[in-house]
Amino acid sequence: MGRNAVVGALALGLALAVPLIVQSGFWLNLLTLMLFFGYLGGSWNILGGYAGQFSFGHAAFFGTGAYVTAILQLSLGLNPWVTMLFAAAGGASVGLVTGFLSFRYGLRGSYFALITLAFSEVLRVLATTAKITNGGQGLVIPLRTGLGNFQFAGKAGYYYVALAMTLISLAAAWCIEHSRFGARLMAVRENEDAAEALGVNAFGHKLAAITISGMMAGAGGTFYVQMFFYVDPAIAYGPAMSVESLLVSIIGGMGTVAGPLLGSIVLHLVGDLTRKVLANAPGISLVLYGVLLILILRYLPNGLIGGARALAGRVGLGTARSGSTG
Amino acid sequence: MLELTILAPALINGAMTGAVYALIALGLTLVFGVLHIINFAHGSLLMVAMYGVFFLNRHLGLDPYLAIPIMTAAMFALGFGLQKSVISRASHGRDEMILLVTLGISLIIENLALYLWSADTRNVQLPYGFAVVNLGVALVSRTRLIAFVAAVVLSALLWLLIDRTDLGKAIRAVAREKQGARVVGIDVEHIYAMSFGIGVACLGAAACLLLPIYYVNPQVGNVFVLVAFTIVVLGGMGSFVGAFAGGIIIGIAESLGGLFLGESLGQIGIFLIFIAILLFRPTGLFRARA
Repeated sequence: MGRNAVVGALALGLALAVPLIVQSGFWLNLLTLMLFFGYLGGSWNILGGYAGQFSFGHAAFFGTGAYVTAILQLSLGLNPWVTMLFAAAGGASVGLVTGFLSFRYGLRGSYFALITLAFSEVLRVLATTAKITNGGQGLVIPLRTGLGNFQFAGKAGYYYVALAMTLISLAAAWCIEHSRFGARLMAVRENEDAAEALGVNAFGHKLAAITISGMMAGAGGTFYVQMFFYVDPAIAYGPAMSVESLLVSIIGGMGTVAGPLLGSIVLHLVGDLTRKVLANAPGISLVLYGVLLILILRYLPNGLIGGARALAGRVGLGTARSGSTG
Repeated sequence: MLELTILAPALINGAMTGAVYALIALGLTLVFGVLHIINFAHGSLLMVAMYGVFFLNRHLGLDPYLAIPIMTAAMFALGFGLQKSVISRASHGRDEMILLVTLGISLIIENLALYLWSADTRNVQLPYGFAVVNLGVALVSRTRLIAFVAAVVLSALLWLLIDRTDLGKAIRAVAREKQGARVVGIDVEHIYAMSFGIGVACLGAAACLLLPIYYVNPQVGNVFVLVAFTIVVLGGMGSFVGAFAGGIIIGIAESLGGLFLGESLGQIGIFLIFIAILLFRPTGLFRARA
C-alpha cells in the first residue's frame, strides 16, 4: 500500500501542476478530454466492469444530464453548479427506470446491451422532436464566464474541474472495489445464479449499480455542456458517447479502478495525435479505435491493466494482488 | 384521414419495404438466433455491400439486379473470412466479447468508408427507376415490387438451405448443442464461419434490392441495424418464418407511424416495439414461451 500511495501522490502533484507548465491550448484541451472520458468511462465501468452489465446506451444517462443542465439554465436561470445536482438526479432516474425494466424482466448479456441501445435511441428521437429541447437544432447556453458560473475563459478551469471529477470517480471505484457492496456486485458478475443462491439480492445490486452509473454520467453531461456551451440530440444521445465510454473501459481494463482513465489516455493519445498529423483524413482516428479494440480483445482481454498485472506477476513484481479479472 | 386511398398505398409500400427489412434480418437471425452471435457489424457490412453495388453500376454499368450473384458471393467470402480470421480469434468464444469485436469491426468499416468515399449520399440512376405498376388499390414503383418478390424468393431459398441440406442440418446441430455436434464429427469452427458467411451473403443480395429504392452513405447501416434486431427479436430468435413476418410487420408499422406521427417521430414506434418485445415476450411473437 505504501508504494501505491507514493505513486498516487506523485501523480496527483504532477496533475495539479500541469496547467502551470503546459501553456498550449491544444495539449490542455487534450488532457481535459482525457480526464473527462476517463470520468465517463469510470461511470460506465461501475455498471459494465464491476456489475458485468454491458450497456451500449450509456449516452441515455449522459445526454439526459446534458439536457437537464441546458434546459434549467435557459428556462429557470438556475446556476450551472446547481443544475449539476439535477443532472445527476436526471441521469440516476433514467438509470433507475431503464435498469428496473431490464433487470425486472431478466435481460442479461447481449439482450441488456441491445435494450440499452434502444433506450438511448428512443431518447434521441424524442429530443429531436420535442419543443423543450429545441428539436434537432439543439440548445445554446448563455455565455457568462466566471467560476461561480462554471464557465472559464481559459482552458485551465475546465482542466481542474475535470481533474476533480475524475478523482471522485476513482475514489468511488476504489470504495466500491473494497466494500461488501462491491464484492457482492462482482459475485453477481461472475455467476448471478450462484450469487443469488448465497443470498445476494442480484436485482437490487444491479439496480444500485446502474443508478450510480447513471448519476455519474448525468453529472458528466453538465461538464460537457459547460465546456462546449451547446448540446443537440446527436451529441447527447448519439452512439458516439456510448461507444467511447465502453471503449476506454475495455481498453484500459474493465472492473479496475484506474482502467477507464488509462484507456482514455491511450485512446486520446492515439486518436488526437493521428488527427493532428493526418488533418485531412476524417474517420481515421475512429478506424484506429476499432483496430485497438480488436487487438486488445485478442491479446489482452483484461485490458491494459490486466495485461500489466499479468506481466508483473510473471516477472515477480506482483503486489500479491491477483486483481478482479473475470 | 383513414381513407382507403391513403391507407392502402401506405400499407402496401410498408409491406414492400418490410420484405427488404426481412431479407436483412434473415442474415441476422441466422447468426444471432442460431449461433447466438450478436453481430453489431451487420449494418456496416450492408453499407459495404451497397457501395459494392453502387460502384459496379457506376464503373461497369452493371444493373443492380444482375449484380445479385456477384455481390452474394463476394459478401459470403467477406463474412466467412471475417469470422475465421478476426471474430473467432479475438472473441475467445465468449458472447459479450463477440459483441465487442463486431463493434470494433463496424467502427473500422464505417470510418474507413467515410475516409475513402466521403460522407456524401449517393444513389443509382436507373432507366426504369420511376416506372410504376398498378396493383388496383395502389400504384407501386416497379423497383419496390421487384425487391418484394426477390426477397420472398431469397427467403424461401434460405429456408430450403437450412431445412433441407446437410449443411443446414449441421448448422442446426451446432446451434442446438455445440459439444454434441463436435462429438459426432462436425467441424464447429467451419460451421460458424459458413453460417456467418451465409448471413453476410444475405446482405449482398439485400444491398442489390435496396440500392434502387434507397441511397448509400457511410452511416446508412445505422438506419437498418436496430430495425433488423427488432425484427429478429419480434419474429423469435432463429426463426426464418418469424423474421419474414416480423419484417413485414415492422415495414407496415413504420409506414403507418410515418403517416400518423410524422417522419421523425414515426421512427420511435420501432424502438418501442423492440423494447416491449424484449421485456414482455423475448421469445418473439411466433413462438410459445419456453
